[in-house]
Amino acid sequence: MCLAIPHRIISFIGSNRAIALAGAVETEIRTDLVPDAAVDDVVIVHAGFAIEKLRQEDGAELEKIWKEVTELAGYPE
Amino acid sequence: MQDTPSNTPRERIAKLSRALDRIVDRRIKVMEVCGTHTVSIFRQGLRSLLPASLELVSGPGCPVCVTDQAEIDAAVSLARMEGITVATYGDMIKVPGSGTSLLEERSRGMDVRVVTSADQALSLARNCRDRTVVLIAVGFETTAPATASVILDARSEGLENFLVLDLHKSVPPALKALASDPLVKLDAFLLPGHVSVITGLTPYRFLPEEHGIACAVAGFEAEEIMIGLLETARQVKTGRLAVASLYSRAVRPEGNPAARAVIEKVFTYADAPWRGLGIIPSSGYVIREEFAQFDALKRLDIPLSAVPPPEGCLCGEVLRGLIEPPSCPLFGCECTPNHPVGPCMVSTEGSCAAFLKFHQGGDNPWED
Repeated sequence: MCLAIPHRIISFIGSNRAIALAGAVETEIRTDLVPDAAVDDVVIVHAGFAIEKLRQEDGAELEKIWKEVTELAGYPE
Repeated sequence: MQDTPSNTPRERIAKLSRALDRIVDRRIKVMEVCGTHTVSIFRQGLRSLLPASLELVSGPGCPVCVTDQAEIDAAVSLARMEGITVATYGDMIKVPGSGTSLLEERSRGMDVRVVTSADQALSLARNCRDRTVVLIAVGFETTAPATASVILDARSEGLENFLVLDLHKSVPPALKALASDPLVKLDAFLLPGHVSVITGLTPYRFLPEEHGIACAVAGFEAEEIMIGLLETARQVKTGRLAVASLYSRAVRPEGNPAARAVIEKVFTYADAPWRGLGIIPSSGYVIREEFAQFDALKRLDIPLSAVPPPEGCLCGEVLRGLIEPPSCPLFGCECTPNHPVGPCMVSTEGSCAAFLKFHQGGDNPWED
């Protein structure tokens, strides 16, 4: 039930429906909950509805945590 | 942490595992509260990589598993009603009620359809005007906006044969109940990724601030989960507690305001029953009076009275992280995925089903 799968939007059907691709599977999804979704956006789809756009992660957050953790653990690797 | 030939996923996981070993210097208990995390942790054998002093337990992260027995009975009773078509997500169909399940009712000729989207349930209603279609709406904040959206559609289209058995629940109040439970005794939560997409981070702040519990929102890959655990361990060790987001490619601090707006428009809060956790204040999303015409509980005569869980079933204790699934006397013998007694064995995201499927001494993918 919590499963959500990234899909790439291929085209829109009206204002709140789109055809989206996950792997080789095309699905019709609703985009009401992500009003600024556009073609080529990668969205997370849960129960047939896009719930958010996936963004490129800059990695800075993880790097910061990793740096603190390695210091705490007492080693730079 | 770059993915270079000399830093493969296996090496990175090993490095994270060693870091956890060094950081965890006392017994700590971490609870994950997302069905997808549960499955990912078991499937990828991550528990075998954790230090013995880090206890990782599965909480009430599977919406099907926390659905109360009386609510399941209500769904089953709907299927028996004349002129009703039940539309349900697949996870719910095998959950045993006190008598039968939706699947058994279907095998008896009742009209029970599996849908993968609330939108499909609405389409069924449009296409079967001579029947009343009832969507069995389970799920947390991730799923509630979809239900709210189709209720708004049904109203604007004037559809009179579409109803919702609204069983939606809100995650933060359940975390509050667990944080306040003297038996559970948690040091940290690995927070649910997709629920947090909708809620954002603010609703969890009370956990570090009022209960001294470390929190991290994590993604679902092995490395992301390990980093999430590392972050919670870091918070516990340093005492600098916060709600950290390590899933920023999907979770914004403010969540998804459009989704929350549609939830607010259609639902309000009420006390709700959770399997194993009892009645939790303001944890249920109930349909506002303005939309009562779509509320199956108000339109149809559905019995909804408290019933005890199946005899011997310890799903409640499993959902509070008090016991591991094999400690239930029914686990793996009377209760299996093909013949489930309790909901934790039914849903693929349930702790018992995941434990049985992936934790039976198979190969550890992280070892040579």
